[in-house]
Amino acid sequence: MKKLKSTLPNMAIVLTLISVLAGGILAYVNSVTKGPIAQLKEKNLADGIKAVLNAQDLKVQDSKTLDAGDVLYITDKGTAVKTITNGFGGALTVLVGFDNDGNIQGYQVLEHAETPGLGAKAGDWFQKDAKGDIIGKNPGEKELTVSKDGGDVDAITASTITSRAFLLAINNAYKSFKNAEVAAPAIEEKTVSAEPATEETTNE
Amino acid sequence: MSNFKVFMNGLVKENPTFVLLLGMCPTLGTTSSAFNGMSMGLATTAVLVFSNIIISLIKNVIPDMVRIPSFIVVIASLVTILQMVLQAYVPTVYESLGLFIPLIVVNCIILGRAEAFAAKNSAVSSLFDGLGMGLGFTWALTLLGATREFLGTGKIFDFTIFPEEYGMLLFVLAPGAFIALGYLLAIVNKIRKA
Repeated sequence: MKKLKSTLPNMAIVLTLISVLAGGILAYVNSVTKGPIAQLKEKNLADGIKAVLNAQDLKVQDSKTLDAGDVLYITDKGTAVKTITNGFGGALTVLVGFDNDGNIQGYQVLEHAETPGLGAKAGDWFQKDAKGDIIGKNPGEKELTVSKDGGDVDAITASTITSRAFLLAINNAYKSFKNAEVAAPAIEEKTVSAEPATEETTNE
Repeated sequence: MSNFKVFMNGLVKENPTFVLLLGMCPTLGTTSSAFNGMSMGLATTAVLVFSNIIISLIKNVIPDMVRIPSFIVVIASLVTILQMVLQAYVPTVYESLGLFIPLIVVNCIILGRAEAFAAKNSAVSSLFDGLGMGLGFTWALTLLGATREFLGTGKIFDFTIFPEEYGMLLFVLAPGAFIALGYLLAIVNKIRKA
C-alpha cells in the first residue's frame, strides 16, 4: 500500500480516526477495570480501619465527611479518622484509630510522598514499641509534639518536618474526632434504630 | 538485519540506558530499589512492544506531517490502558511506580523507536526491536536499582545482605542515582569496548 499524502483532508481524517479508535478502546478498558479498582480501594480502606482499631472484625456504623476534608468512620470498636496534611514532599494521608476515650489505637500512612529512607519511615516509626511510639497516647490530654518542640515524641532521625506534619495530622484527626463526638448522641440513636442501613466490613 | 540481530541490538549494542542514554528521567527516578527498576522496565517494555507493532502496521495510512501526533495518541492510549490494568490487578506495582507510569508516554525511547524503527520496518521486526530495547532498558534499570538498593540499604530484592544501619542512604536518594549511573556507565562501556 502506498503511503498517504499529507493533504489537509487526509491528515484531518486520519488523526480523527486514530483518536476516536483510541477513545473507544480506552472507554472499554475503563469499564472493565473500574469495578476491580473500586473494590480494591474499598478493601484497602476496610483493612486499614481494622488495622488501626486493632480489631479482627468490626462494623462500620456510620461514616461522614467533615468540612476540613477529614473522614470519620464510626464503628462499634472505636472511630477511625482519615486526615490529610502537607508533609515534606507533598500530601500525607493518615488513617488514625481512636477508642471512645480518644486514646490512639493505631495508625496507618495511606499515601505519602516523603523521602525514601528518611520521612518515608513514618509508617513504622510511630508504631507500638518503635522509637517514636504514639500508640495509647491521648492527644486530648497533651497535644502530640516532637521533642525538639518540647513534646515527648521522638522525631524520625533527620526528618523533623515529616514528623511534625505527621503529628499535626494525628492532632487534627483527634480534633475532628472530638468535634464529631459533641453530636454523638444523635448518631448513636440513629445507628441503633436504623439497622438495615449499617454497613458491614468484609471479614476476609 | 535478522530478527535476532535486531533483538540483540537493543539488548546490548544500542542499549537505551547505557549506550543511547535515552529515558534518563524514569531511569534516575524509579531505581531506588531493584524491584522498582525492574517493574518500570517491564512496564516500559510492554508499551514499547505494542506501540512498535501498532505503529509499523498503520505506518502507511499516516500522512507524514501528522505522524508525531498520531504516534503520541497510540502511545498515550497504551500507557493509559497499562495504568488502569496495573491499578486493578497489580496494585503493589502501581503504588511503587506512581507518577512514573503516566510519564512513560513521554519516554524518549518509545517515541524514538517508533520514529527510527517502527515507521520504517515490518511489524515482526518491530516486535523484536521493541522486545530488545525494552528488555535492554529493563536489565539496565534492574542493575542500577540493585546497585542503589545494595549500597543504600544493604538489600537486593528485599533480601538482606548486610544490616541497614551500615547502608549509605545517599544512594537511595536522587544524588546517589547520578553517582551510581555514572559508575555503571563507565563499567559497562569498558566491558563493551573490551
